[in-house]
Amino acid sequence: MRHILSVLLENEAGALSRVVGLFSARGYNIDSLSVATTEDTTMSRMTIVTHGSDDVIEQITKQLNKLIEVVKVVDLTDGNHIERELMLVKVRAAGKDRDEMKRMADIFRGRILDVTDKSYTIELTGDSHKLDAFIAAIEPGVILETVRTGASGIGRGERILKI
Amino acid sequence: MAEKLTGAEIVVRCIAEENVDFVFGYPGGAVLNIYDEIFKQDKFKHVLVRHEQAAVHAADAYSRSSTKIGVALVTSGPGLTNAVTGIATAYMDSIPMVIISGQVPTHAIGQDAFQECDTVGITRPCVKHNFLVKDVKDLAVTMKKAFYIATTGRPGPVLVDIPKDVTQHTCAFEYPKSITMRSYNPTIKGHSGQIKKAVELLLNAKRPMIYSGGGVVLNDAAPQLTKLVRMLGAPCTNTLMGLGGFPASDPQFVGMLGMHGTYEANMAMQECDVLFAVGARFDDRVIGNPGHFFREGRKIIHIDIDPSSISKRVKVDVPIVGYVKDVLEEMIGMIEQGEKRPDVASLKAWWTTVKDWQSKKCLAFKPAAADGKIKPQAVVQALWNATGGDAIITSDVGQHQMWAAQYYPFDKPRKWINSGGLGTMGVGIPYAMGAQLANPDATVACITGEGSVQMCIQELSTCKQYHIPMKIINLNNRSLGMVRQWQEFFYGNRYAESYMDALPDFVKLAEAYGHVGMKIEKAGDVEAALREAIKLKDRLVFMDFITDETENVFPMIPGGKGLSEMILAEEL
Repeated sequence: MRHILSVLLENEAGALSRVVGLFSARGYNIDSLSVATTEDTTMSRMTIVTHGSDDVIEQITKQLNKLIEVVKVVDLTDGNHIERELMLVKVRAAGKDRDEMKRMADIFRGRILDVTDKSYTIELTGDSHKLDAFIAAIEPGVILETVRTGASGIGRGERILKI
Repeated sequence: MAEKLTGAEIVVRCIAEENVDFVFGYPGGAVLNIYDEIFKQDKFKHVLVRHEQAAVHAADAYSRSSTKIGVALVTSGPGLTNAVTGIATAYMDSIPMVIISGQVPTHAIGQDAFQECDTVGITRPCVKHNFLVKDVKDLAVTMKKAFYIATTGRPGPVLVDIPKDVTQHTCAFEYPKSITMRSYNPTIKGHSGQIKKAVELLLNAKRPMIYSGGGVVLNDAAPQLTKLVRMLGAPCTNTLMGLGGFPASDPQFVGMLGMHGTYEANMAMQECDVLFAVGARFDDRVIGNPGHFFREGRKIIHIDIDPSSISKRVKVDVPIVGYVKDVLEEMIGMIEQGEKRPDVASLKAWWTTVKDWQSKKCLAFKPAAADGKIKPQAVVQALWNATGGDAIITSDVGQHQMWAAQYYPFDKPRKWINSGGLGTMGVGIPYAMGAQLANPDATVACITGEGSVQMCIQELSTCKQYHIPMKIINLNNRSLGMVRQWQEFFYGNRYAESYMDALPDFVKLAEAYGHVGMKIEKAGDVEAALREAIKLKDRLVFMDFITDETENVFPMIPGGKGLSEMILAEEL
């Protein structure tokens, strides 16, 4: 099953590679990973999207907690949460594609950030499924380039991950 | 105002502050400033090894055989890469130690400088934690953190990488008395509710079984374990790493378990109704195939300091995270204060079954004729006789390691030093060096084989320099015995590269290093030779026992099989 793990860790050189190294050393999957500092610059917040059986997710959580620099680990999928990912897609926008791409961007509430005679660069935000859906909805041939940030997640309501 | 010191002085002062007696190491460019400060001080001694791997092994054994912490010091680049095997070995067995490595100057990092390597990157997967100190102001705190992390929670090796310029820079020195880290707070106190559940399960058990591992030795919990086992009246087994955690001479001891464990220990693990795991981690060499190990209805209680060791390979019913010593003490207290006692009638019936398994005498082997080929098992037994069972025994890895574990029963912890997790050949001599320096009055014997011993044979030179009077028991069967055994059983007797041709004359080799060498070829000469060697109290004696090369280690569980699927000697 797909899980979203939120990790609060010390903002120190090498902390990220410890997390990534742990996943590769123990054969766990990383579907996506995003990380940046928090409002407290000594701390980073990481969102890892992974999948595995309950036993594997339990081990991942325990192994993450074992890393000296990790302060807290929460499985967001244990409760209500919000998930967002940003995607930039450069698409061919010439001839009949031009109107079609504009329409698709509107339907998915995307924004066109950059325009040339032949292309649009569209910004899309949503949960990962929505971004997948956009990719599936447009013709593969028109996609010139995509770049995705990986999901960021946060608990709903009173669920707070902080020290 | 705190005094101003150079980074090198700070390193040396921190080591002294931690009451370290010995640092095992090898100098080189990046650590010259530190060595210069070592030269000027007299708080601790430095032991110069002949290869960095041995420095780490010796420091590791220093930790294993005492309650002090081992420290190793190596230079950058190859100094560090040579040390990696030692670090990984200590990591797999959760041994507290601190490794200090030199690094090229901070401005040269990343420039492919001479003797540069990414030390923090290379060692990351095989240390509990590591640090690169880029500013001398962080040095003292980092050193304190290293010792703190290494010795608390689940212990392990911690590495501090120090660039050369940091050892030259100066700053005010103050060694922190204690340290707190917001990101590192291991759970050390077991949950009382869980502990109560465990006690109830054990007292109501019909067929209880106690299985203890290296955690009992590392946490110095042997007295508590012994007391509790006796209160419960249950059979007790130790893992390879846990030998000595419960006295082998106690009638409740059923021997080591696992791939080469006793029939009774393995059967009792499988057939018990309540299994109590104490500081052990159900690894593949211990329980074999986890699917086969599973038994409907059997309850498992597991104490471990590391939550990730719990329910990793085997689902546990009552997990308890904490220091085993404290948890065991709490359990003892609960039983003492409560009314409930173990069920004597059930225990009696259970012991009848266990004794039936014991009557198989799975460790029996055919004795040799007095002028016949030496049986390796008999050498270990003779060593036990000659040392009164009270020596510190180190071993390398292979058949001799298993025979040592099987035929040298340990009554006390920290007497049996071997590489259980990583299975590192070559540890025997450096382990004996570290153990002898930590226990100068003890008899230290290294049980090894002609394969393993050649992997760190250069340390005979270190032993000469520091007058380390270990006894080396070389069980020489002219082959990589455990490999040969597997090839005999599972590879149709095709002995691919397991035959050791062109062996050195070990007697001459020992003599060349300035030690005493002995060659023993007849079964009748074994014990007398051992007694003679042990009498040479101040000398290292290399005893080359020419053993029966056809001997195999029994019982044996083939890889991937279950605990009750042992091959016994009699079945062949």
